[in-house]
Amino acid sequence: MKRLLSGNEAVARGTFEAGVKLASAYPGTPSTEILETIAEEYPSIYAEWSPNEKVAFEVGIGASLGGARTLVTMKHVGLNVAADPLMTFAYTGVGQGGFIVISADDPEMHSSQNEQDNRLFAKFAQIPFLEPSDSQEAKDFMLKGYEISEKFDTPVMLRLTTRISHSKGIVEESDPMEPRAVGFKRDMEKFVMIPSNAKKRHVVLTERLKKLAEYSETTELNTVEENGSEIGIITGGISYQYAKDNLPDADYFKIGFGFPLPLKKISKFIESHKRVIIVEELEPYYEEIIRAAGMKVEGKKYFSRLGELSPYKVGLGLKEAGLIDEIKGAEIEAGPLFPRPPVLCPGCPHRGAFMALKKVGVAVTGDIGCYTLAMLPPLQTLDSCICMGASIGTAIGMEKVGGYDKGVVAVIGDSTFLHSGITGLLDAVYNKSNITVMILDNRVTAMTGGQQHPATGYTLMGEKTRAVDFTELCKALGVESVRVVDAYDLKAMIDVIKEEMARPGPSVILTNRPCVLMPKRIMDRPYVVDPELCNGCTACFRIGCPAIMPSKEMTKRNKPKAVIDPVLCTGCSLCAQVCKPEAIVLAEEPVSVK
Amino acid sequence: MNEVINVLIVGVGGQGVLLASEVLSEMAMKAGLDVKKSEVHGMSQRGGVVSSHVKFGPKVYSPIIPYGQADILISFEQAEALRAVDWIKKDGLIATSRTRLVPPITAGGKFKYPDDPVADLKKKVKNVIAIDADKIALELGNPRLVNILLLGVVSSRLDFEISVWEEAIRARVKAKFVDLNLKAFARGRELAKESAGAAV
Repeated sequence: MKRLLSGNEAVARGTFEAGVKLASAYPGTPSTEILETIAEEYPSIYAEWSPNEKVAFEVGIGASLGGARTLVTMKHVGLNVAADPLMTFAYTGVGQGGFIVISADDPEMHSSQNEQDNRLFAKFAQIPFLEPSDSQEAKDFMLKGYEISEKFDTPVMLRLTTRISHSKGIVEESDPMEPRAVGFKRDMEKFVMIPSNAKKRHVVLTERLKKLAEYSETTELNTVEENGSEIGIITGGISYQYAKDNLPDADYFKIGFGFPLPLKKISKFIESHKRVIIVEELEPYYEEIIRAAGMKVEGKKYFSRLGELSPYKVGLGLKEAGLIDEIKGAEIEAGPLFPRPPVLCPGCPHRGAFMALKKVGVAVTGDIGCYTLAMLPPLQTLDSCICMGASIGTAIGMEKVGGYDKGVVAVIGDSTFLHSGITGLLDAVYNKSNITVMILDNRVTAMTGGQQHPATGYTLMGEKTRAVDFTELCKALGVESVRVVDAYDLKAMIDVIKEEMARPGPSVILTNRPCVLMPKRIMDRPYVVDPELCNGCTACFRIGCPAIMPSKEMTKRNKPKAVIDPVLCTGCSLCAQVCKPEAIVLAEEPVSVK
Repeated sequence: MNEVINVLIVGVGGQGVLLASEVLSEMAMKAGLDVKKSEVHGMSQRGGVVSSHVKFGPKVYSPIIPYGQADILISFEQAEALRAVDWIKKDGLIATSRTRLVPPITAGGKFKYPDDPVADLKKKVKNVIAIDADKIALELGNPRLVNILLLGVVSSRLDFEISVWEEAIRARVKAKFVDLNLKAFARGRELAKESAGAAV
């Protein structure tokens, strides 16, 4: 059957067709929908959200040792978290079940803090990687990946990028294999990496690489497309499509199996063409290896190392290389226009927390989640954001050197705290830090679209489970003061922050309002602006709520009055709390009658 | 159809850009064409700009439309149509809602929301259909119908059987909203007919 599937949905389908028995992950854009699709469409596969990528990877190792085909998924930066087990699992090789780890990279940083190219990670760990260029290949390469993993006794990386994960294309589906687990076969020399065993396995790893290099020369994952052209293009992943859009009739060396590279086959391709250009996104990964092998190619001098490529950018590069005469650009100019920056949702409980932090004026170390949006105008109340779980450690360091006299507050979401914040908080207690940690608990992994985690009380597969109690957890870590506060009560938030900042030793403030969008959109009675009372002071605009807009009506001093969109307003009341003339009132209250 | 048709759909987060592009892609696949589509959006769930590229034809390579290559631009917010005009072909068609969503950032005086984005649009592009989609959607019974309403408008300029469109709507819209969406789609087609003389 033919279906229109995103790359992520196609990977999920591939998992099903390959007879995978276990899939584990921590959500992260652009990888999240893989496990969501598995849980929804293929419930015969056990699927779990793990607290972080390291744990997800280790769960996957166990399943592979247990003899089942296994999938572990994460975004590019997630692989940094899972790097520890990855590097050693490359040594041991897999159990009797094949193992694929997905790295969904995010060129252009649509939703990420860096744009690392994880093809380099596969080379670093010395494991093969496959790189699909559309949804159909995303599915097909999964099946191929398990064959390679089992044949060569190695974990395999399937490398996606945002444009592959989130684009849709037509996929031809096949019948699934039966999931199976052939069981655990004890082999201490292979799986117990004490130094004496690891030394032997390092030898196995290098021998395996030689075999993989031979396989790379013959596999149909690396294809040559002959069109009788003197010009050859070496490319892979989404870059292949961008190159084809520009030069449909050139000859192509399309790389689907990217480590180790098929250098002999590439050499033959280069020799039989007058000129060969490499088109690849982000790092000059192919180019450096091919050049190091002494071959003459051109590449990154025509294409940026920054951000995503596009048909247009690839066209510009090919034009610069002299392969295209003219590339079409915009025929009509858009001209300057106001920006529409992303903002916290209407009614988002994080807004109250950041309004309070801004008022108190402390340094705020941030973390990865929706609340990172608090750094954008107009709130602009976030001083750092490094990686998952970094807020607490960063706050400890800043406080220890007296870096900011008004004190430091670390903000971290519920899911992020469970991912890698717990150890940071343990450090704050153990090393006697005077920081305050705000756990912005909105009861869901919101940034990635609302996934469950160990404190929500539900598993990915929809079963009820035991939920972590944050107050008890923090107390057990040794935090003496744990306060719960209503994120919609601005005065209470400010008071509690001040009190906890004044207290010596580490303290925790938990906010208690759930995400307004998930699992179900929360709507209360909407507020409206009484235009008679609005004096155009802009206090409500400065909280950055998308439901509040400047109206066409002006005050006497020619300032726009505020107006609230009743469809967007959730009734959180924060704007009413900052409105000095009390012009923001509940919709059903008679307007202008106070 | 020998050529690839490029359709760009833009709007603000929460307006149904993704559903509209799903329906359009599904329709093209059901009509036997190759299809690719891709979303380009920022971090925000709501309030930021969202766009979706849909390409269909005998063979589609990349899922991204190059600048100046969109045959059709569909916009659910009038100023967002203006923001996206550098994607449209000179003789392309723009179908936009007159919806006005003014972000808080324009309150400080540094940025200005245009007085009449549709008028600006018409100065730049010949084929513009602008409709009061919010009002019509409300009349039909649900403010969220704006997307399918505009898809109906555009369908009148694409050479596909109505039954294929309707099949795609049934496949992609939640069951209890199907009838309402089919009504909005039909209304969109009527509107396109009414504005045919003026726009093209």
